[in-house]
Amino acid sequence: MAEFLSEYLWPLVLLILQVVAIIVALLIAVAYLTYAERKVLAAIQLRRGPNVVGPFGLLQPFADGLKLLTKETIIPTVANKVIFITAPILTFGLSLAAWAVIPVNDGWVMADINVGILYLFAISSLGVYGIIMAGWASNSKYPFLGALRSAAQMVSYEVSIGLVLITVLLCVGSLNLSDIVRAQQGLWFVLPLFPMFVVFFISALAETNRTPFDLPEAEAELVAGFFSEYSSMSFAMFYLAEYANMILMSTLMSILFLGGWLPPLNIAPFTDIPGPIWLGLKVACILFCFIWIRATFPRYRYDQLMRLGWKVFLPFSLFWVVLTAGVLLYAGWLPGQS
Amino acid sequence: MDVLLKEYLPVVVFLGVAFAISCAAVIASLIAAWQKPDTEKLSSYECGFEPFDDARRPFDVRFYLVSILFIIFDLEVAFLFPWAISLADIGTFGFWSMMLFLAILTIGFIYEWKKGALEWE
Repeated sequence: MAEFLSEYLWPLVLLILQVVAIIVALLIAVAYLTYAERKVLAAIQLRRGPNVVGPFGLLQPFADGLKLLTKETIIPTVANKVIFITAPILTFGLSLAAWAVIPVNDGWVMADINVGILYLFAISSLGVYGIIMAGWASNSKYPFLGALRSAAQMVSYEVSIGLVLITVLLCVGSLNLSDIVRAQQGLWFVLPLFPMFVVFFISALAETNRTPFDLPEAEAELVAGFFSEYSSMSFAMFYLAEYANMILMSTLMSILFLGGWLPPLNIAPFTDIPGPIWLGLKVACILFCFIWIRATFPRYRYDQLMRLGWKVFLPFSLFWVVLTAGVLLYAGWLPGQS
Repeated sequence: MDVLLKEYLPVVVFLGVAFAISCAAVIASLIAAWQKPDTEKLSSYECGFEPFDDARRPFDVRFYLVSILFIIFDLEVAFLFPWAISLADIGTFGFWSMMLFLAILTIGFIYEWKKGALEWE
């Protein structure tokens, strides 16, 4: 019994506590991302933004959360109830689950599996199911159309994201996320693969349904897109999942292109600052750009969106995969090539 | 086997905790909030009038087409993953084999482009 406790139970409890700690930190980050978004948008539009609840409005996200928690959960009579309830749980659960493989520093990762990128790719692909389920189960016209648009948009840009991942993998020779960061010790991939960084950034905007690609929830046409029929906590979960996915995409971008936890220069004042802070700074910069773009750009038309995804990004990123592979192979720069 | 399981245990625990938290949040809201449904509240949303039709109507075939194209290209990406990792080992032969595969795929892509499968007018 004592052996069972020390051998299996305590490590498991410790593991669960670690996981909970990461998720709580992530949820606080999500809460303050919504706050930051409102503040930055307000500053760009010369307004104050939330400033009543707590000092500088810092408690605003928690007030919003509590408000949504105490609202009535409405399940439409014509809806498919089980799928209707499952959809937000699935979306939110998946957006958290992706964080199992994200390294925040050398060795600071929950699961250092050697197929990390593949796991992330799979989890982010599954995100479409939550949207389709929500739109279908609502049995209402706006969510249905919103879900169709959203799903078509996400799968279109997922192809180019996949091809961008391939170019990075060609330079690294490993699917492990920590190895990808270590491979950038000398040179961040943003420099040699800059066009791919741009493609990834724009695809990430489309993948997370952000402006200028926020057609699924184009307010003037489709109310709130696929989650029009949702209320209370199930609405909040879609909202939180969207922001958690934004943070995930920014973190992935930092890890793939901006050297993850590595300092910009490998010299004294930079190396004294711990890795997680560097990663946090990079993620914050990318997220600021997301918000900045939201405040600046008008919305795309749907045919333009599809044209960009299929006729520009797909051929372009495919070409870059071929180019990168060819250059690396014939110059003898492939990792592990003798 | 043991090492493999050990590596993947955190992933399983993470998935478990993530879904437990999601379920808990929905249930907490069901308990905490005052539920008072009525017919009007539970009817599906429509801008200002009674919903008069089922929402599951035929939709544009292009959405179907996009998902089919997605399956093809996502499979291609799935094939590229192992190729990209082992390119150093399989060398020139592996490279040109994949180029042949991509060329065939590109022919298909050009065909569908010319056929207008990518048009959204």
